[in-house]
Amino acid sequence: MISIKNVSKHYGTFKVLTDCSAEVEKGEVIVICGPSGSGKSTLIKCVNGLEPFQQGEIVVNGISVGDPKTNLSKLRAHVGMVFQNFELFPHMSVIDNLCIAQIKVLGRSREEAIERGRKLLERVGLLNQAEKFPGQLSGGQQQRVAIARALAMDPICMLFDEPTSALDPEMVNEVLDVMVGLAQEGMTMMVVTHEMGFARKVANRVIFMDEGRIVEDAPKEDFFSKPRSERAQLFLSKILQH
Amino acid sequence: MGYEFDWSSIPGALPYLWEGMIITLKITAVAVSVGIVWGTLLALMRMSGFKVLGWLAAGYVNLFRSIPLVMVLLWFFLIIPSVLVSLLDIPRSFDTRLVSAMVAFSLFEAAYYSEIIRAGIRSVARGQMGAANALGMSYAMAMRLVILPQAFRNMVPLLLTQGIILFQDTSLVYVSSLPDFFGVSYRVGSRDGRLVELLLFAGAVYFIISFIASQLVKHIQKRKTA
Repeated sequence: MISIKNVSKHYGTFKVLTDCSAEVEKGEVIVICGPSGSGKSTLIKCVNGLEPFQQGEIVVNGISVGDPKTNLSKLRAHVGMVFQNFELFPHMSVIDNLCIAQIKVLGRSREEAIERGRKLLERVGLLNQAEKFPGQLSGGQQQRVAIARALAMDPICMLFDEPTSALDPEMVNEVLDVMVGLAQEGMTMMVVTHEMGFARKVANRVIFMDEGRIVEDAPKEDFFSKPRSERAQLFLSKILQH
Repeated sequence: MGYEFDWSSIPGALPYLWEGMIITLKITAVAVSVGIVWGTLLALMRMSGFKVLGWLAAGYVNLFRSIPLVMVLLWFFLIIPSVLVSLLDIPRSFDTRLVSAMVAFSLFEAAYYSEIIRAGIRSVARGQMGAANALGMSYAMAMRLVILPQAFRNMVPLLLTQGIILFQDTSLVYVSSLPDFFGVSYRVGSRDGRLVELLLFAGAVYFIISFIASQLVKHIQKRKTA
């Protein structure tokens, strides 16, 4: 479903991504981890073309992201993305946040969009907050709204860019629970995160990145029990110690 | 021997003064509206990434910000009438001064508004564009639905303050002897030999309106941060 082939990206002479390749099958959940600055967020943003790349090819559902002829907006409408800082639209109510792109991008009627939106709010446990504004919600609630907003577009896959990094610790689980539910329903997911508990629970594979390279791409059992690279071992020992 | 104030010519002149105020308000309203629309376009041109558009907009803004308003007004009073008359076959008796003033103020204000709006657009978090794009919105759609509404909400106080300044600046149309509020006050004052009283009165009216308006802006600002 998502095919990343030899992707490289640089700002001037600084290499952000070097020769990254990975395959994601339909229904797979891939966790991407690595030290900060290793290029994991950049890589995931390349998948829906939010970040351009200079070399290589990314194909999502048969459509080449890097091809200048590709209608990126059309592709992105069906690739959900959740950001570290939620990025809800602060000037719209929660329900309008969920409806705006359904109406303006997918061309759904307002009634249809509201119905779909309310269903998803219910799913993330926030139906009673529909008329509130994002600023009135906690971080965890905002991120759940953001997930619902992405799901409202009926995405073929979901990209998560450190979805719990900006949250207070006690709110991490409410967001992870929603993501686990999605994974168990068979949503194709690429998740940049340091939440190894989440990875253990639902990931099919773990990709470990360092200095812009994919150092390791292994089934999660292998990754956690016997990471092959020294760098991944070091990283794991550091984050799993606590 | 002190100056003897005599305010008696004001009550009788109130209808003329009111008409003058209408002209002043008309010019202000048009210049604010057109200025904001044209200013927004200039700001978008400057931020568009198309070099030629950016240069054109930057040139326009710098030009208008570098020449005195009164000169812009004079040019337009001299140019617009002849253009209008030759283009639209308007009878020479038609008073084009009001239109000229509106055009001049709109174009001039747009330069200032575009800078305010550019800063307003910058004030919206960068991630908002990414989020809108990620939902399948094009650049234009994201601007219209997500970025600009937030930018304008942040900018309301600044835009209104600029409007208050403009309201006062409209008095410069006296160079074309257009009977705005200031012009009428001046005329009534000279006619009755009571220029001091009329100008004090006009000043007080400008002050009261501007003061109330800026208090209103403060109030809006407070409510926004609260």
